[in-house]
Amino acid sequence: MSVETRLENANPLIYQRSGERLLTAEDEDEDFADPIDDREIFDLIRSINDPEHPLSLEELNVVEQVRVHVNDKESAVSVEFTPTIPHCSMATLIGLSIKVKLLRSLPDRFKIDVHITPGTHASEQAVNKQLADKERVAAALENSHLLEVVNQCLSSRI
Amino acid sequence: MAASGAVLMGLVEEFVTGQQDSKAADTATGVKTGLFSILELVEALGLCLTSSEPRTRSRGVQLLSHVLQECFSSLSEKEVEVLTAFYENRLKDHYVITPNVLQGIKALTQCSRLPPGLAVSILKSLFQDIHVQSLMQMERSCVYNILLNLMELREEELKGLGADFVFGFVQAIDGEKDPRNLLLAFQIAQNIVWRGYELGNFTEELFEVTSCYFPIDFTPPSNDPHGITQEELILGLRAVLSGTPRFAEFLLPLLIEKLDSDVQGAKLDSLQTLTACASVYGHKELKEFLPGLWASLRREVFQTASEKVEAAGLAALRSLTACLSRSILDSDSEDSLHSFLNLILKDCQHHLCEPDMKLVWPSAKLLQAAASASYRASYTITAAVLPLLLEQYNSHTQSAQRRTLLEVLHGFIQPAQGSLSEEGDESVLSGFQEPLCVLLFSALTEPSPALQATATRTLTALGLQPGLLSESNIELAADHLTRLILREEEPQTCSAAMESAGSLASLHPAAFASKMVPQLKEEIFKEPSEGSEGAPSVEFRQVVRQRCVQALAAVSSQPILVQETAPTLLQVLSCAHTVSGSFSLEEVVSACRSLQQITEQAWETEETGRFFHQTVIPRLLGLAVEAALQDSVGGDPSVPRSPLTEQKVLSAMVPVVSTACGRLLSELTSHTASLAVSLFLEGDVSFLPGNNVPQHVQLLKKQSDGWLQSQLVCLLMACVCSMPRNVSIPQIDRLLSELEELSCMSTHSFSYTSAAKCFAGLVNKQPGGEELDSLVQRTVKRIDSELDCVSSLFRVQNFTLLLWVAKALLLRYHPLSTALTDKLLSLLADSELGPLAADGFSLLMSDSTDVLNRACHAQLRLMYRQRFFTENAPKIVQGFNSAPKEMKSSYLKALSHMLNSLPRQVQLSELPALLPLLLEALSCPDQRVQLSTLSCLHPLLLEPPPALTLQLNALLSRLLALTTSPSMNVRIHSLRCLHALTRFEDHLVLPFRSRVLRALAGPLDDKKRLVRREAVMARGEWFLLGSPGR
Repeated sequence: MSVETRLENANPLIYQRSGERLLTAEDEDEDFADPIDDREIFDLIRSINDPEHPLSLEELNVVEQVRVHVNDKESAVSVEFTPTIPHCSMATLIGLSIKVKLLRSLPDRFKIDVHITPGTHASEQAVNKQLADKERVAAALENSHLLEVVNQCLSSRI
Repeated sequence: MAASGAVLMGLVEEFVTGQQDSKAADTATGVKTGLFSILELVEALGLCLTSSEPRTRSRGVQLLSHVLQECFSSLSEKEVEVLTAFYENRLKDHYVITPNVLQGIKALTQCSRLPPGLAVSILKSLFQDIHVQSLMQMERSCVYNILLNLMELREEELKGLGADFVFGFVQAIDGEKDPRNLLLAFQIAQNIVWRGYELGNFTEELFEVTSCYFPIDFTPPSNDPHGITQEELILGLRAVLSGTPRFAEFLLPLLIEKLDSDVQGAKLDSLQTLTACASVYGHKELKEFLPGLWASLRREVFQTASEKVEAAGLAALRSLTACLSRSILDSDSEDSLHSFLNLILKDCQHHLCEPDMKLVWPSAKLLQAAASASYRASYTITAAVLPLLLEQYNSHTQSAQRRTLLEVLHGFIQPAQGSLSEEGDESVLSGFQEPLCVLLFSALTEPSPALQATATRTLTALGLQPGLLSESNIELAADHLTRLILREEEPQTCSAAMESAGSLASLHPAAFASKMVPQLKEEIFKEPSEGSEGAPSVEFRQVVRQRCVQALAAVSSQPILVQETAPTLLQVLSCAHTVSGSFSLEEVVSACRSLQQITEQAWETEETGRFFHQTVIPRLLGLAVEAALQDSVGGDPSVPRSPLTEQKVLSAMVPVVSTACGRLLSELTSHTASLAVSLFLEGDVSFLPGNNVPQHVQLLKKQSDGWLQSQLVCLLMACVCSMPRNVSIPQIDRLLSELEELSCMSTHSFSYTSAAKCFAGLVNKQPGGEELDSLVQRTVKRIDSELDCVSSLFRVQNFTLLLWVAKALLLRYHPLSTALTDKLLSLLADSELGPLAADGFSLLMSDSTDVLNRACHAQLRLMYRQRFFTENAPKIVQGFNSAPKEMKSSYLKALSHMLNSLPRQVQLSELPALLPLLLEALSCPDQRVQLSTLSCLHPLLLEPPPALTLQLNALLSRLLALTTSPSMNVRIHSLRCLHALTRFEDHLVLPFRSRVLRALAGPLDDKKRLVRREAVMARGEWFLLGSPGR
C-alpha cells in the first residue's frame, strides 16, 4: 500500500487558529476569582493533535469554541466535535482523546460530556454511547496500543 | 661495536624467548639513537626468523615490525627494498605470523623512500595471498591503512594498475562489518571516486559493495570507547555514493526506493544524499529518473508530519533544479529544466486555487523551493504562478482566503539566495510591478487586520528589492502606511506598518520625509477639535499621538530623516514644558524613548554625530535646567510643575544623552564632557540654547528645596560616565568630591542614588594606582563612620554609595573591592539595612542599564560574576549558619540573587554544595525568597543535574507545598518547576507519579486561571510519564 492511499482525507480544509487568550488585569489580580469559562475549556482541547495529520483539531475545525459549553457552578462540561468526513474512522479516537484530556485537566467535580455534533457522522450514536460509558473508556485506556495513540495526540508537538 | 652486538643479542633473546614485550621499545630506542643498525638487528634476528617453530618466527617478525614502526623515516631506499621483499614473502607464511607481517608492511608504506614499483608489488601480494575478511578486526584495519598510505604516497603507480586496484579493494572489503573499519573503507572508496581512479568494468561492483550499507542504521554501544557516531558513517558513505556521476544509474533507483521507507532516518538520509548528488550530476544522469524523483519528493512534502523531512525534501528539490539549470544543453536535446518545471507546475499549481485546503502550503513551498534554485527557474515559475495568484486573489472574496493567497505571494516575492538576478538581468518580478502594487494597495484598505499585516510585509519585501517600486508607488506606499499608523485601530497592524515604514525608509528616505513625517508632525501638534461630528475619542487620540512619536523613531535611520524627526520630538518636550497640560507625562516619556531609539539606530556619520552633540544634547540639558530653575524660583504651588522635572522623564532622557556620548567621535564627546562639567560645577550656561536661564546656577550644592536641581545630576552622569575611556574629564577631583558630598548628604533618593552612580562610573574608569586607592580609602572611611553610627539619618545614603562603589571596583577586579563587599556582607545581619543589602547583591551581579556597562565603555572583566560568586558564596553560607533566626532570610535572598545571574555551567557546578540551602530557602516564609529561588531552580531542572537526584524527595515535597501558597506567582512558579521535573529520567520520578498526580488535582481548581493553566500542563506531562506514546 503506498502512502498516498493511507490517508482517508489527504487534502482537508484547514482553518485559522485563534490567537492566545489575551491577559486581562483581572487575570493578574490576586484576589479576583476567575471562573472556568468556555474559552478556557476550548484552550484545553484546541491544540490536541489529529491522529492522521500534522494539524491540530482546531485547524481542522473538529472542535470550535461555540460547541463548547461549561457551567462552572454546576460543574458540567459539554463538548461537541465534528469529524472532517462523515465516515471518518478516527471519530472514536478523537472523542476519546478529548475526553481523556478533559479528565486529566479538570477538577474531579466536573461531569464531562463529549459527543459528536448531531448529524455529522454515520455512526454517531454508537460513538456517543462508547464515549459516555465510563467503563468502556477506562477499558480502552488499559489497551496500551490505544493509550499510546491517545498520548501522542495529547503530547505537545516537538 | 662488539659490546653493542652483545647488547642487541640480549634484547632479541629476551624479547623472543623471554617474552618480555618491553624489550621491543628498548630495541627501537637503540636503533633510533644509532646504537645499532637495522642490518645488525636483522642479523641478530637471523635464527628466529628461520626457526621451524611458527611462534618463534612470529615473535621475531613482531620485534622487527615494531622497530620499523618507530624508525621507518630513517630507512634507506635499499633497506626498504630488501625489507619489502622479505615481508611480501612472509605473507605466504603461517597464519600466526600474518598480523605482525601486516604491521611491518604498514610501517614500510609510511616510508617516503619507498622505491618505485614496490607499491604495485605490495598490493599484488596483498590481494593475492591474503583473504582480508577472514582476518581479525585489527588486521583488517591494518590492510585498509596500507591501502590509504599507498594512495597518499604513490597515487600514480596505483592508477597504473588500472581497474585491478578497484577489483582488489572490492574483494577486500566485501562483507566488512566493523564500524571502525567501515570508516576507513569509505575513505578509500571516496579517494577512488574523487581522485579519478579507473573503475573499468567494476563500477557496479564498487557501488554494490558500498551501497549495501545504505541507509546506515548504527547505534553505538553505550560504553563505546571508540566514539564512532552514526553521523560520521553517514557522511562517509554519502561522500562515496554521491562522489561520481557514474553511480547515478544505480543510486537513483535505490534512493527512490528508500524514500518510500517508513523509517524517518532512511527518508532523511535519502533526501540528503540526493541533495549531495545533484551538486555533482548533470542533466544527463538525472533525466531518466526525474519523474520518479519528483513523485517521491512531492509525496514526502505533501504528506509528512515532520518538519525535518519537509525541509530536506525542499532542499533536494532546490538542488535538483539548480543542477538542471546549470547543465549545458545539446542543440538537439530537449530542455530538461523546462520539462521538470512543467511537471512541478502541473502538480502544484492547481492547489494554489484552493486556499482553504491543506495542500496549498506544501504546494507553495515546493514551487518556491524550485524557484529559488536559479534565475531561469525563478523566471519560469514566477511567470506561471504570479498571474494565477493575482487572478485567484481577485476571484476569492473572503479575507481568510485572500490572506492565504497573499502569504503565498509573499513567499514568491521574498528574494531567495541564488535566484537573485545577475547584473543586467532584470528582476523576475519586473513585469508584475503594477498589478502587484494595485493588489497590495487594495489589500491595505481591507478591513481584516491580518490581511493588512500580510500586505504590509509583502510590500516591504517588494520595496527592499531595487527597482521594483516606482517613485510614485513608494510615495503611495508611504501614504498608506501613514494611514494605517494614524487611523487603524488594531495595534498589530499598526506595529507591522511601523516596521515596514522603518525598513522602507532606510532605502527611500526622501519619500518618507516628504509624505509621512509632515503628517505625523501635524497629528502630534493638532488641537483637539472639540464637539465636531465623528471626532475620535480622547483615548484614541492619545493612542495615535503615541504611535506618531514611535513612528518618527522607526523611520529615522538616514540623516535626512533624523534631522526632520529629532527636532519634532524635542519640540514635544519644549511644548510640554511651556504649555502646561499639552502633553501627558507618558507622552513626554515616550518622546524621550523615541529620541533614544533614534540615537541608537541613526547611521554613524559625522553629520548625525555633530547634530546630536550640537543640537539635541544642549537642547535637552537646556530644557531640563530651565524647568528645574523655573519651578524652584517661581514656587507658585497652584501652577503644576513642568513634566520635565519628573523623575520618570529625567530617567528617560539619560539613555538619549549617554548613547550619544558613548559613540566614538572623540572630539565631539570630549567637548560635550567639558561643557557638562562646567555647567554643573561653575554654572556656565552659555552653551544652552535660549536664554531664560540665569548665569551661575549651582546645581550640585545643597539648597532648601534643592532636589529639583540636584536630581539633574543624572544628566551629568549620562554625559561623563558614558565617554570612551580615553576621553579625560576636566576637574575630575573637584567633581568627585562634590558628587561624594551630594550622595552622602542629600535627602532626595533619586538625587543621591544618581550621584552615587555617577561617582561609581567615574571611579571605574580612573587609572589604577595610589591616587585611586587613597580616594577609595578616604570615601570608605567616611562611609564606615556613618554606617557605624546607628542613629545617623544618612545610613541609607551611605549604604547606596558603598554599594555602587563596590560594583565599580568589582567589575574591574580592583584589589580594594574585597573590603567593600565584606562590608556589604556584614550588613546582611543589620536589622535596618539587611534587606537592602540582600537586594544589593542582585545589583552587583546584574548589568545596570544606564551606567557601568559595556555601552558606557566601563572597565568590565568577563568573568567577574563567577569570581565574585566563588569568593563570596562560602561567606554567605557561613553567615547564614551563624546569623540569628530573624536575619537568615537576608542571606538566602542574597544567595539566590547571586545564583540567578550566574551562567548555567557555573550554576551546575556550584549546585551540590548549595542545594541544602536552596531547599531551606523554599521553606523560608518570605515570598520573595521563595519566588527568586524557584526561578533559579527552574532552568536547572530543565536539564537535570545529577546532584539533584539525591534530594528529589525533599524537593518534591517542598514544591508541592508551595502550590497552595497564598501568592499566585509562587504557585505558578512551583508548578513550572514540577512540570520541569518530568524531564528527569523515568526511573527517578516514576515512583512519585501517583503522589504528584493526586497533589496536582488541587491546583486544577485554583481560583486563578493562570495557575490552572500551569497545573494542567504539569499534570498532563506527569500523566505521560512512563506511559506509551510519550
